[in-house]
Amino acid sequence: MNPTLKFGGLIVVVLATLGWLAVGGIGESKSYYKTIPEVRAMGDNAAKARLRVAGDVKQGSIKHIGKEVHFTMIQENQTMNVVYNGTEPLPDTFRDGSQALADGRLQADGTFHASKIQAKCASKYEAKPGGGKPADASYAPKRVS
Amino acid sequence: MENLGALSLVLAFCFAVYAFLGSVVGAWKQRPFLILSSQRAVYAVWGLVTLASALLVNALLTSDFRFAYVAAHSNREMTNNFKFTAWWGGQEGSLLFWSWILATYSAVVVFNSKNKLRNIMPYVVATMAVTQVFFLILNAFVVSPFQMLAVGKGITSVPDGQGLNPLLQYWAMQIHPPMLYLGYVGFVVPFAFALGSLIVKQPGDAWIHTTRRWTLVTWMFQTCGIVLGAGWAYAVLGWGGYWGWDPVENASLLPWITGTAFLHSVMMQEKKGMMKVWNIVLISATFLLCILGTSLTRTGLVSSVHAFAQSPIGPYFAGFLALGVGFTTWIILARLDYLKSESQLESVMSRESSFLFNNLFLLASCFAILWGTLFPVISEYATGEKVSVDAPFFNRVNVPIGLILLLLTGVGPLIAWRRSSLDQLRRNFLWPTVAMVVTIAALAASGIHHIYALMSFGLCVFVTWTIVSEFFKGAASIHAKDGLAWPQAFMELTHRNTRRYGGYIVHMGIVAMFIGFTGAAFNQDTTVEVTIGEKFKIGHYEILVKELKDGDLPNYIWQHAKLAVWKNGEFLGEMEPERRLYKASRQPASEVKIRRRMNEDLYINFASTSEDSKKAVLQAYIFPLVSWIWAGFWVVLIGTWVCLVPSKVKREYPKTEVVGIATKDNVPV
Repeated sequence: MNPTLKFGGLIVVVLATLGWLAVGGIGESKSYYKTIPEVRAMGDNAAKARLRVAGDVKQGSIKHIGKEVHFTMIQENQTMNVVYNGTEPLPDTFRDGSQALADGRLQADGTFHASKIQAKCASKYEAKPGGGKPADASYAPKRVS
Repeated sequence: MENLGALSLVLAFCFAVYAFLGSVVGAWKQRPFLILSSQRAVYAVWGLVTLASALLVNALLTSDFRFAYVAAHSNREMTNNFKFTAWWGGQEGSLLFWSWILATYSAVVVFNSKNKLRNIMPYVVATMAVTQVFFLILNAFVVSPFQMLAVGKGITSVPDGQGLNPLLQYWAMQIHPPMLYLGYVGFVVPFAFALGSLIVKQPGDAWIHTTRRWTLVTWMFQTCGIVLGAGWAYAVLGWGGYWGWDPVENASLLPWITGTAFLHSVMMQEKKGMMKVWNIVLISATFLLCILGTSLTRTGLVSSVHAFAQSPIGPYFAGFLALGVGFTTWIILARLDYLKSESQLESVMSRESSFLFNNLFLLASCFAILWGTLFPVISEYATGEKVSVDAPFFNRVNVPIGLILLLLTGVGPLIAWRRSSLDQLRRNFLWPTVAMVVTIAALAASGIHHIYALMSFGLCVFVTWTIVSEFFKGAASIHAKDGLAWPQAFMELTHRNTRRYGGYIVHMGIVAMFIGFTGAAFNQDTTVEVTIGEKFKIGHYEILVKELKDGDLPNYIWQHAKLAVWKNGEFLGEMEPERRLYKASRQPASEVKIRRRMNEDLYINFASTSEDSKKAVLQAYIFPLVSWIWAGFWVVLIGTWVCLVPSKVKREYPKTEVVGIATKDNVPV
């Protein structure tokens, strides 16, 4: 058999196998980005797919109950109760007022069971201009170039 | 001071533009003075960017909180060490840092290449200058580090800054970004030489020889950057992992993969004159992926755990990338005639073939990671729905690829060029294969049934056997011929061909890292809510809570637990995990405690306190073999250093040429 054909055949087999693995992998781990109002609008369909929902953590809503962590997320004035029951510890950036991204499934009772939480400080690594709180908040400096 | 800083950046921008135009016009119109002056402009750029950086660092060290950047990334309580680190702790400063490294590299290249490769140097300078212009546009006009805080029209300062993110206040985090940047930026040099030689239609592979050390050093920096990042995640972030397939992590891995592929495939060009187009494509892709990586961390294109703030620089990066992709594609297509391969692939069982498949798998892995990373962007564009994929996707594709690459690591160096006979294969691979099969059988009998783990351990034995036998065979012949003692024989062997044996050492390091990765298949974890006097168990370990304490320091508030640890009834000592709340940034941080051993790490994190503050929530993990990753990294580093030492025997790779094909009739008897 001619070498070009042999190599071509092998390469096709390799790429096809990897492609098949990749497609399976996407099916297994895909999750949809939704806002809280969008989740509410999905109705019964919301429970079927894995979702990633972002929102701000409501002040004072974080409660550790046993191994679970309960909290409330707010986005555009709509709230969602979240129960985190994953194995990984929550990130250090997860606290009152931070932006959280909960990854999991909506339950029939309307709570969201998250298996993974990502969180950013109001703006990670960078304070928003003017949003940072200086030790003395009596005046609020702005940036000029 | 701030005006001087801003001014020097604007001037640096002007000089960089001049360096670009001067080089191109000088080369085009054959004006040596213009070329020389544009090279001097490169030094001027370095001087000016250095001045600007020094001013920023000075502001950080003197806590000049009139600077918006200083106020946002430093505070009085921080040690000078970390104040200096804040140079690359935020968006504006880190981009300035990028610029400064690029300016330094450019100056070094110009300095080192005096009177060398005269025809391509102007284009090398031009390529680096364009990149410099791009970053200086960002530094000087878009995200300037010299913005001041003001009320009304008067510049003002705040009493204290917000401090560097406490998660970054860790030694590995001080070195990790510079290492990664040294790697990211360094690939501009081989890329510039490749482009230069394409533009002037320089035949041969002079650009590869000239930049071999650059590429290796750059690759080494990037390896250090990635592993330090992983080590930091493991020791600081408190989730016990070292790799989460986060977009920013992936961004650093992508150019590393193409860079690794490049380091391997240049050997094909040097030895056989093959894969010329491919090498140019690889080095271009590596450079462009470095730019993409830098932009992913800064523009918020894909949401990530550790991205910098969203900022207006996204379109600039997109524009620069489009320009880069467009120009390199055009020039490669225009020069295809000069990149003809000098030999043909002959057999699937050959060294050439192993290089080809090494590259195929590396690139497939790179493509899969890029696809997965950009999946939210792609899916939103294609279907209007933003869909993301995470770890299971990446693992599913990359674990098999990793195993095959591991196999090739063992096969490649021993298989013959052109074609290998069955007899040769048997001679080289019989014993390694037997060792692999025995290992797998023994492990399976001892109760390990994780299929990938079995394969990985088996292949590690296979590769180790092949490499050790290579060293042994070579050293044995020196030992017999020159009468050197064994240790000297090994040294002599390595010194005679540092590139080959250094490469083997790197491969050994990779094997050790694979052993470490495989350990993850046997991780154990538990989360408990405990109070003083309570005991809990994980694996063979028994842990008693002796004390729970809290306190207040100028920089942070802390809570910590004193734990006594037993393994199989034997007392091991105490561990004191701590949880901190930094005051300036009001951010909590975990100080995990890890008992590191080569066989397994015991890892304890003080996660939080229960609602009534009476109990501590602790997370304990057992991570088998994870230390092998860090040990393997040192071996990789040592191997790379060996590769950088010039070989004792000067070796011009002889090119194999086919002069004729033996048939029954023309073989002399």
